[in-house]
Amino acid sequence: MTDAGKAPVRLSLATRIGIFSRLLAIQASWNYELLMGIGIGFCIEPALRSLPGGPDSPRYREALARQCRYFNAHPYLASVAVGALARTELDGVPGDRIERFRTAICGPLGSVGDRLVWAGWLPVCSLLALAVYGLGGGPLRVVGTFLLAYNAGHLALRIWGLEAGWSHGMRVAAALSSRVFRDGPAYLARAGALLAGIALPVALARVIGPGQGRWPIAGVLVATAIGSITLVRMHGRAEGWRIALGVLAVFVLYATVIRHG
Amino acid sequence: MTLFPIALLGAIAGLDVVSFPQAMISRPIVAATVGGAFAGNAAAGLLVGAAVELIALETLPVGASRYPEWGSASVVAGALAAGAPPGSPGPVPVTILAALATAWVGGWSMIALRRWNAARARAHLADLERGSAATVNALQLWGLTADLARGGALTIISFSALRPVVDAAAVHWRVDARTSRAIVVGAAAAVAVAAVWKVFHWAPFARLLFGAGLIGGVALVVWS
Repeated sequence: MTDAGKAPVRLSLATRIGIFSRLLAIQASWNYELLMGIGIGFCIEPALRSLPGGPDSPRYREALARQCRYFNAHPYLASVAVGALARTELDGVPGDRIERFRTAICGPLGSVGDRLVWAGWLPVCSLLALAVYGLGGGPLRVVGTFLLAYNAGHLALRIWGLEAGWSHGMRVAAALSSRVFRDGPAYLARAGALLAGIALPVALARVIGPGQGRWPIAGVLVATAIGSITLVRMHGRAEGWRIALGVLAVFVLYATVIRHG
Repeated sequence: MTLFPIALLGAIAGLDVVSFPQAMISRPIVAATVGGAFAGNAAAGLLVGAAVELIALETLPVGASRYPEWGSASVVAGALAAGAPPGSPGPVPVTILAALATAWVGGWSMIALRRWNAARARAHLADLERGSAATVNALQLWGLTADLARGGALTIISFSALRPVVDAAAVHWRVDARTSRAIVVGAAAAVAVAAVWKVFHWAPFARLLFGAGLIGGVALVVWS
């Protein structure tokens, strides 16, 4: 049930910019109890000022209180939720329906975002930067490549999410069923696998440095094969970075204390 | 070299990990390079950043999971590498070790901050339930400030504590350069390959594409 008979509310450009800039800080008060709930309220607040009666009205306060409750999603795709929830509040959808909708979109926005960004776009951009490094890129080129590539996707996703959420309101599931979300992770995984094959040897060769002879490279290849197979077979029972920390700590101790003594 | 610019950079990189704006300036390949540039040698920071980036490929910063805080840690490592005495192979392994250790401590500091944020939110729950915009803004501002301070403090403590360790390692290092680099790269590569497998192996043709890429990458190394 919405505010029947009323013209659809429009968000001014200033409000959209306000919401978008707040989206960049959506996780500022992230915590283990409300997760990003307060951040959702913080982002939606500029839109809620358009509610009848303005920021001093009971409806504004009720809506803000509702939006600050527990919420979890991928931080970039939370923009979809922010757009959709702002729309439902301004359309006058009853509070209990908004709460149910809010609960329902948490899961999909989390899992889709994690697969698309954390397990897709981010490693692909990292591998791209490592490939540029391995092929001789200097500091500016490597850093520039990574930041431009990554943030083109990052900002596009946030802007699209806000617009899609606002346009679709409670029917935002239709936007999330687009091919980008359905097939995107698989395309990114393939691109990432190809890039990894190229990037890892060239980046490793550059870190080892020129003129070091062949045996270190052969040793690295053997150590990499044994180490990576062992880590894969451990199925997440141990994290690789912790093992690397242990290996390096023992090596540094050996190289400075034991061998020195 | 003054500590203040490094601390400020570490604070910003630490803030970027979760709180604002998650533009991934906190990734090791970025943060260590910029940290190195602040300390006068961007190339040294880049080398360490690339090695740590290989290890960081494993970490997916998913929701409430606990993970190392690479941002401040990479700034520390990049600045340490840039300021290390030249000529010794010791500083590279030690700065990478410094990055991993700082990232570990940084991860714990993020957990502590999240608990602190929760305590503050709980204390203001009644105001939140009344729909107080001032409370929402204050909690957000508190979170940002505390995270910025966390990253800055971590950077100052870690950099100050590890600077003498890197200097000492440069003097007392007794393993030749190629063995030192090989061990560092071997450890980083093993983690990176396992990470790539974990993240991408499920996709159709991913193994084939990885193999094709590997042939191309090795050919580039051999012929360059």
